[in-house]
Amino acid sequence: MCLAIPARVVQLLPSYRAVVDIAGVRKEISIDLVSDAQLDDYVIVHVGYAIGKIDPGEAQRSLALFSELAGSEGVV
Amino acid sequence: MKYIDEFRDGERARHIAAKIAAEVRADVSYSFMEFCGGHTHAISRYGIADMLPANVRMIHGPGCPVCVLPIGRIDLAIRLALERGVMLCTYGDTMRVPASDGLSLINAKARGADVRMVYSASDALKLAEQHPGREVVFLAIGFETTTPPTALVLRDAMARAATNFSVLCCHVLTPAAITHILESAEVRHLGTLPIDGFIGPAHVSIVIGSQPYEHFAEKYRKPVVITGFEPLDVLQGILMLVRQVNSGRAVVENEFSRVVTSQGNVTAQALVSKVFELRESFEWRGLGEIPYSALKIRPAFAAWDAERKFNLRYVSVPDHQQCECGAILRGVKRPADCKLFGTVCTPERPMGSCMVSNEGSCAAHYSYGRFRDTAVVVS
Amino acid sequence: MSIRNDYVRPIDFKLGRINMTHGAGGRTAAQLIDELFAPAFDNEYLRQGHDGALLPLPASGRLVMSTDGHVVSPLFFPGGDIGSLSVHGTINDVAMSGARPLYLAASFIIEEGFALADLKRIVESMAAAAREAGVPIVTGDTKVVQKGKGDGVFISTTGIGVAPVGLCIDGRQARSGDAILLSGSLGEHGVAVMSLRESLEFETTIESDSVALHTLVQAMLQALPDANALHVLRDPTRGGLATTLNEIAKQSQVGMLIREADIPVLPQVAAACELLGLDPLYVANEGKLIAICAPEVADRLLATMRSHPLGRDAQHIGTVQDDANGFVQMATRFGGRRVVDWLSGDQLPRIC
Repeated sequence: MCLAIPARVVQLLPSYRAVVDIAGVRKEISIDLVSDAQLDDYVIVHVGYAIGKIDPGEAQRSLALFSELAGSEGVV
Repeated sequence: MKYIDEFRDGERARHIAAKIAAEVRADVSYSFMEFCGGHTHAISRYGIADMLPANVRMIHGPGCPVCVLPIGRIDLAIRLALERGVMLCTYGDTMRVPASDGLSLINAKARGADVRMVYSASDALKLAEQHPGREVVFLAIGFETTTPPTALVLRDAMARAATNFSVLCCHVLTPAAITHILESAEVRHLGTLPIDGFIGPAHVSIVIGSQPYEHFAEKYRKPVVITGFEPLDVLQGILMLVRQVNSGRAVVENEFSRVVTSQGNVTAQALVSKVFELRESFEWRGLGEIPYSALKIRPAFAAWDAERKFNLRYVSVPDHQQCECGAILRGVKRPADCKLFGTVCTPERPMGSCMVSNEGSCAAHYSYGRFRDTAVVVS
Repeated sequence: MSIRNDYVRPIDFKLGRINMTHGAGGRTAAQLIDELFAPAFDNEYLRQGHDGALLPLPASGRLVMSTDGHVVSPLFFPGGDIGSLSVHGTINDVAMSGARPLYLAASFIIEEGFALADLKRIVESMAAAAREAGVPIVTGDTKVVQKGKGDGVFISTTGIGVAPVGLCIDGRQARSGDAILLSGSLGEHGVAVMSLRESLEFETTIESDSVALHTLVQAMLQALPDANALHVLRDPTRGGLATTLNEIAKQSQVGMLIREADIPVLPQVAAACELLGLDPLYVANEGKLIAICAPEVADRLLATMRSHPLGRDAQHIGTVQDDANGFVQMATRFGGRRVVDWLSGDQLPRIC
């Protein structure tokens, strides 16, 4: 319920910090809670902290699901 | 913006909406509660209500941590700033919450209190280190998404022996609130509030995982679909709930699978349980006392617990008599049902919690949807 | 060593600081004018050396006057500073009545201890902005307040312009059916300023869009056979597009319907707003205008805007409609509808 957005890790810094990029805007954040974040990973940033990581495969699957034709489940 | 724009695609949105329209049963009424303030905001901002069939109704839940913060807690913070001269740091959302005596943190600031808005909890700690002669208190609010950052800051404060820093902890818990709603008279006994399923929180679930919701699906036989915040996510989540209702199922499904896992963020959970423990009871604005619904700081971190440090005693302060926030937060009434809505109570002069944050039901309705209350809607 | 009797030690603009005597009207104050303000703003009116400037009356037309206080913090931001902002802002206010800006007055309230190097930078920025716009700063004033009673410097500018007789461009003129045009993308000034605010600190190449719009306005007026087909002009500054449209809707007693898909926002601005939980509709702009015109001239006006350097990204964003409630509604990208309300309070970055 909280404002958090996906951002790409563009630089790893010491002490579990990183620089992330969203469409050209860069911010330094903490990756203390997602310490296995790598360059080019997309993390979810909330109040200056990464709290999770995006799974690109799942993201693709979700988008494909949205575009699915009706007729899969429970159609009247 | 990657992973944002694709999930706001208008055409795909219409496609999903068409599926919902095709799959709802004409003779069935579907009422879903979206728990999170973020979902309330998304639904209003993107006009999603307009895209749903008439027999699908969204009920706004109490998932807005600013909205459920009781007057008494803000009073504690204001008093610390005005009377004890502390530097009171808080998130932007909290600044305008109305408290006692016509005060809010922003009004207190106008009266000379040193109230600072911070974007991140770590900024509060930084301020403490920059001002060693001042007491700095961080008013920590939020559900499970926002709690790990506070835990990190307390861990750092201890490691760096920041003796002039402390946290006034008002963190609350999602499952407790959902239980409270499901146990309420209107849902359980009176049956006046039909809830056929839940749109489950997005970012809270990143932290706690999807597993904690299985309890609701089982015990109360209500489907829960954990849903992302983008409009495509919300529409897909509603579609998945419709399908579960149609097929008589009540399980936890995860629409937000690109970030939420069953376990959640284990590192964050471990950190939180190291620093915080459950309060036996905590008052939620509009909902009253809810057991095991909030956190307090563990004794090991007592030196950074503002409640202990400043010997604070919580005093409950009731809302305005005619304020219907409680009923609205429980989903029993709508903003337009409140006599104060739009007249005495506006975003500029909020009377109750639902009007304070952009995500409160009343604020969202006032800002985005009140034109629907009027008879004339020009197209 | 011989010392000339009339030697006056020049002001140290590198390391010097403002003190109370700079505002006291005495020798030090006069020196500040002689060595900083006068050479920077130099023009025939200023050279008159009076307290007030003697200005010729225009042969015909009506006078338009506007004033604005500038308290922006930080004082220097990507794309401008409080100085250039104060010049552009007042020129724009005058231009929004369809007037040609003629002269500016500038008054400074400076905090004791303010670095002269910063003051010089600001004054030179103002001078450059005024020169580029062709609008001279003809008179001014300086006061100094005690340390702690000011935020570095506050600048107040007043502008005078002339509008043709019979031209009626004001907030009450919007009519049902009118087209709503926007001269370019939203939110750049607000985002540029916010990026430097303590505790937010994000890196962006976004610069403030602060610029003088009077030449764009003149081009628009000249393109219309009947200038009165242009009903309203306004620049969406504090409170953003949303607030400005609501103001006009209220004054004209109409409603509006705008289309989200047609409102231009740069990707970086959108990203910064996402990051902070802000809505670009509410973020300040300092180099954009809204034009509300009769529907028959909308296409021509839009083409004119697009052919001007300051209106390249102009868009037709909506229509004025009858609405007793005065709602500004927006058609969202998904075909849903929402109200675009006034800004309530200050836009504060959200966590939720």
